[in-house]
Amino acid sequence: MTSVPVPGSTVPGSTVPRRARSARGGRRLRRASRRAALNLAGVLVALFALFPVLWMISTAFKPASEMYSLTPHPVPLHPTLANFRTVFSGSVIGMPYWNFLKNSLFITIVAVAVSSLIGLLAAIALGRFKFRFRTTYLIMLLIVQLLPQQALVVSLFIDFRKVNLLDSLVGLIAVYTAFALPVTIWMLRNFAATVPRELEEAAAIDGAGAWTRFWRILLPLISPGLVSTSVFAFIFAYNEFVFALTFLGTDTAKFTLPLYVQYFYGQNSTDWGAIMASSTLFTIPVLAFFLLTQRRLASGLVAGAVKG
Amino acid sequence: MVTSSHSRPGTPSPAGSTSPPSEPDGPRNTAARSVSRASASVRSVRQRAAIWIRKHGAGPYLLLLPATAVIGALIVWPAIQVGLFSFQNYGLMQISGVLPAQWIGFSNYSQILHDPEFWQSLKTSVYFAVVVVPLTLVAGTLVGLLLVRLGPKMRTFVSVSALLAWATPAVSASVIFVWLVSPDGGVVDWALAKLPSWLGGGAHWAGFSWTNATLPAYTVLTVMLVWTGFPFIAVTVLAGLRTLPTELLEAARVDGAGAWRVFWKVTFPILRPVFLVLALLSTIWDFGMFTQAYIVTGNLGNRDEYNLGLYEYSQAFTQPPHYGLASAAAFVLTVILLIVTVGYVRAAIKQGSLA
Repeated sequence: MTSVPVPGSTVPGSTVPRRARSARGGRRLRRASRRAALNLAGVLVALFALFPVLWMISTAFKPASEMYSLTPHPVPLHPTLANFRTVFSGSVIGMPYWNFLKNSLFITIVAVAVSSLIGLLAAIALGRFKFRFRTTYLIMLLIVQLLPQQALVVSLFIDFRKVNLLDSLVGLIAVYTAFALPVTIWMLRNFAATVPRELEEAAAIDGAGAWTRFWRILLPLISPGLVSTSVFAFIFAYNEFVFALTFLGTDTAKFTLPLYVQYFYGQNSTDWGAIMASSTLFTIPVLAFFLLTQRRLASGLVAGAVKG
Repeated sequence: MVTSSHSRPGTPSPAGSTSPPSEPDGPRNTAARSVSRASASVRSVRQRAAIWIRKHGAGPYLLLLPATAVIGALIVWPAIQVGLFSFQNYGLMQISGVLPAQWIGFSNYSQILHDPEFWQSLKTSVYFAVVVVPLTLVAGTLVGLLLVRLGPKMRTFVSVSALLAWATPAVSASVIFVWLVSPDGGVVDWALAKLPSWLGGGAHWAGFSWTNATLPAYTVLTVMLVWTGFPFIAVTVLAGLRTLPTELLEAARVDGAGAWRVFWKVTFPILRPVFLVLALLSTIWDFGMFTQAYIVTGNLGNRDEYNLGLYEYSQAFTQPPHYGLASAAAFVLTVILLIVTVGYVRAAIKQGSLA
């Protein structure tokens, strides 16, 4: 795509071999410099994207003396683990980092498992059956997925207060399951629909019951889709802030990681080394997870509106 | 859904009534032969259920039941309830059960519409979306156009790096950006102070506080949301660009069209639906921004820095709570976003993503 010959750049009527050769050389040179310029632009874009995260990591390793120095250095001159020690010891909030990691992982994993299971059933219905309200249901999913969470949180807060689900991890699991569902169903139904019906029919002729057909044919073929939808659900639930902020209130022991980082920042908003260390410990797992799975995600990302 | 390239090959055949997947197909063959009477009667119940499901085509509805129940109870019902609360005087007395909630007509709405802070916050949300959406779209499209011209390895490197910005949690991004622009030790103030004066730099930037006034705070938020938002646009535009017929682009170039003209006369018209969907989604995300604004403007501390989401939230969750007023504001926010969502749904239908 980059090497489309442009007629204007050839020397008109050049029959002399030497001139032709030099023209070709010029074109090659121009193409090489164009390539270099494009690559440079690419590196700049990558730097712009990575800079804040790299700066966070670098700050997390800086001793207090370098934090407020007159000339900030991109890499710490005397790297230290003191900031991480502050976070692990729990000197600020009275509880170590592990407690909040445990909360976050528990909520996220349960919510992802439940929403994947429920979403799979719904996706099979929407992807493999034709029924009356199918289109209506799909439109509802699109709308529901874009409702503002800070609007619904008022109503959910009042409901959850009545049924004692405030300050409870179960309440958050329920909400995360629900809000992960529309995207999960929307993406999974495409995978469910692409499994060829002939495969199932052939298995049925061979005497396989519906249950066998589901386990042996449908599920293995849908499972790549299941992986990418659960990654999206995982990232959503692990990062979620508004509901955690509202429902967990002041029960610091139940905080999830995003709430912990925000609280940490609010409590000692001058100790940037420790704040960045807590933020690093929150961010790096999700970015690493994303890097490991991004190949699978590429198609799903493009396939839908998946950010809340 | 965003690109037309994603439409799938086969449409589901109308076989819903013939194969409900949750019921065993041939219990008669096996059950009658080898299973004891007790379980045979159990099977016959199952069998009868299977026949009923098949006869009425209930399979898909049963499969949808759990998802519908969860979404209904935790998303749709709360949305309806917000509408109901907006006509009630729901406050501290009502939530603690001391007094019953009363219907008070439109008075929550009239109270909000007469509140200058409401209009201020609405204005902030609108201005913010008007600035950030075009910036994100232009930046994302430019990066998309760059990605398609890069070699495969470089393309992967740049797009994965960019997507890391997209995947960074909103809470982390907010805390990081507050640190970057911090008056003491922040790298942005340091760099701006070092910049030559003809580029707008100068010593007056040293110690400049970004988060204590609306315009600087929202400037930081603008940069942050462009940073978060451009990778998604770039990757989507890249996917769209790769569906373009190369002959068409070549033909345009052969006719002597420059890059600018090729984009506006060929690329943009073909990818118009993709850009429309991206613009609508970005509008919904940026207008409804909450987490980043909450942290950067100081945890509801600065009332004059509220956007509509913060205004609404603060009505309910700062003392004393006014859930009725908050619901009215939430309803306004939701309706504005629903108008944009309708456009989005229409665009999605036009692209055939509901097939």
